Amino acid sequence: MYVAVKGGERAIANAHALLAEQGRGHPHLPVVDPAQVEGQFGVLVSRVMTEGSLYDPELAARALLQAQGDVLEAVTLVRSYRTTLPRFGYTCAIDTSGLAPQRRISATFKDLPGGQQLGATFDYTHRLFSAAGAATPDRRVSDGVDGEDQAMPRVADLLGAGALIEPDAHPDQDATQPGDLTREPPVFPMSRAERLQALARGDEGFLLGLAYSSQRGFGNTHPFAGEVRVGEVEVEFDAPELGFGVPLGRIEITECQMVNQFTGSAETPAQFTRGYGLAFGRSERKVMSMSIVDRALRSAEFDERVVSPVQDEEFVISHSDNVQATGFVEHLKLPHYVDFQAELMLVRRLNEEFKESRA
Amino acid sequence: MTADLIGYNVGYLDEQTKRMIRRALLKAVAIPGFQVPFASREVPMPRGWGTGGVQVTAAIIGEQDVLKVIDQGADDTTNAVSIRNFFRSVAHVETTTRTDEATIIQTRHRIPETPLAEGQVIVYQVPMPEPLRFLEPRETETRRLHALEEYGLMFVKLYEDIARFGHIAKTYDYPVLVGGRYLMAPSPIPSFDNPKMHMNPALQLFGAGREKRIYAVPPFTSVESLGFEDFPFEPQRFDDPCAICGATGGYLDEVITDDAGGSMFVCSDTDHCERTAAAPNDTTSTATTSTTTRPNPATPNTKAIA
Repeated sequence: MYVAVKGGERAIANAHALLAEQGRGHPHLPVVDPAQVEGQFGVLVSRVMTEGSLYDPELAARALLQAQGDVLEAVTLVRSYRTTLPRFGYTCAIDTSGLAPQRRISATFKDLPGGQQLGATFDYTHRLFSAAGAATPDRRVSDGVDGEDQAMPRVADLLGAGALIEPDAHPDQDATQPGDLTREPPVFPMSRAERLQALARGDEGFLLGLAYSSQRGFGNTHPFAGEVRVGEVEVEFDAPELGFGVPLGRIEITECQMVNQFTGSAETPAQFTRGYGLAFGRSERKVMSMSIVDRALRSAEFDERVVSPVQDEEFVISHSDNVQATGFVEHLKLPHYVDFQAELMLVRRLNEEFKESRA
Repeated sequence: MTADLIGYNVGYLDEQTKRMIRRALLKAVAIPGFQVPFASREVPMPRGWGTGGVQVTAAIIGEQDVLKVIDQGADDTTNAVSIRNFFRSVAHVETTTRTDEATIIQTRHRIPETPLAEGQVIVYQVPMPEPLRFLEPRETETRRLHALEEYGLMFVKLYEDIARFGHIAKTYDYPVLVGGRYLMAPSPIPSFDNPKMHMNPALQLFGAGREKRIYAVPPFTSVESLGFEDFPFEPQRFDDPCAICGATGGYLDEVITDDAGGSMFVCSDTDHCERTAAAPNDTTSTATTSTTTRPNPATPNTKAIA
């Protein structure tokens, strides 16, 4: 009975106990260890880290377990912890061309310096259930190429050398001042740095839908996957008083450079433009979607007409954060009987007035 | 990261964040009704469940404070219980259900019937801080409208209500003009509560966590509900007394009692209801709520920005 929402103290305690009981599963089965989740649900852990904005696989795994597999709940847990951590400073910009990719593909060139490297991917697997219990992976066969030593310049930089693609950073972009939406209030219109941060934190599903919409015609991005790479990269803390970066460790990232045609304008010759995506861990779908949306949101820079939702910064950024979205949608579960009472009285009054006017 | 390294600061938020929120609050108090953008943090409850109010409370609460949390006017609704327990565990403060004992009252959708006093702070949880949002979806545009004090859109909306229905069809989140300058969303309190905001001796703070805005009404500031000379603002009224305590002049919830259309009306303010029921012969508690908090039409609009 809805009235029972009142008198909540004991109800809450019981609800929490019941929730814990349901999350435990069958009492005869062992409890899942966070290390198992971290190791065997790597893609899921990546998503929680990316949207939670905190690189910590162990914590993400714990969050997933505590949230009983509810990704958005896990993201909320991670973010609510992250936000309480004091901020000592920023890291130096990571150098993704220096990373030794375990996977690197380009859809624009058949071969390129450093070569294509398929790496760990679902792309060419047959989506057939494998035999239950087949836990041991097949042995890898050496292809005779040692990719580790080879330099792998970024595809966009190769094109950039011939001025066929716009430069990496826009001239009016201040690279020394990264945007930080978690510390500064976001104000529209945003800088691209802030927008990229919002997209990186944004919901994978929402961005996927938007990217898809722009590919299907509600938007005008004509993307080529210039490059997708996955690998580990060194993170250095920028300590101004030292004058050099202090290495903190390595993190796994996925990066996507989407290349888009641009026919040129009165001021600019025809060239390729870029969309950019970056996420923690193995998150290819996320970075590809993100890079398409990033490019679509740059309409103003290229004097493109804004006609589709994906090009609308306020629309996209205001609604991409799943912690906010799920909270607000689900808050409708909270009692609203005061407002509903007010509406009820109004509707009754309008109803009576309607009947009187008919009489 | 290991389990034993995870710890939270007193009041949950870190001190840097509290400072940031306090700065936003000071600005908000200095410009009554103006929405101050702030870098809203995640808090351990979902967005839309009072995260703005929680951040404001966390930034102002101290060990000597006594906290009351209400939702729909009631202290025992689940979300009010949850937020009260949160502050009890992270800020170690005393809590109460009595309006007159609280130094900070965090609320969702109501203003208590017991008049607030000087020195008290009421923190509203705000879902949509922008009163013009449903008339103009763009933040860039509404910001400009506020800057230019261009509130024609809202008056046209109210006028259209009158043209269609014969009266203003807005029953909660009824727009107000603060200090004669800024149009403000009073959060979804019923229009019944609007008059209580006017010249209130308590400090009124508003936190919208998801929308990342803070705004304020300082004590003794004019809060005028919009209306027209021939169609003035009319707060909602209830004809019946509360079925439990018999008080009149308070906001009532309709509780459905059977499946044959039967219902009864009871106080939405549980603290008020309990105290009135406990002292049935004491008429002062009902009297205070019925008239004294109504705005005096003769009160001039005082500009609060000194």
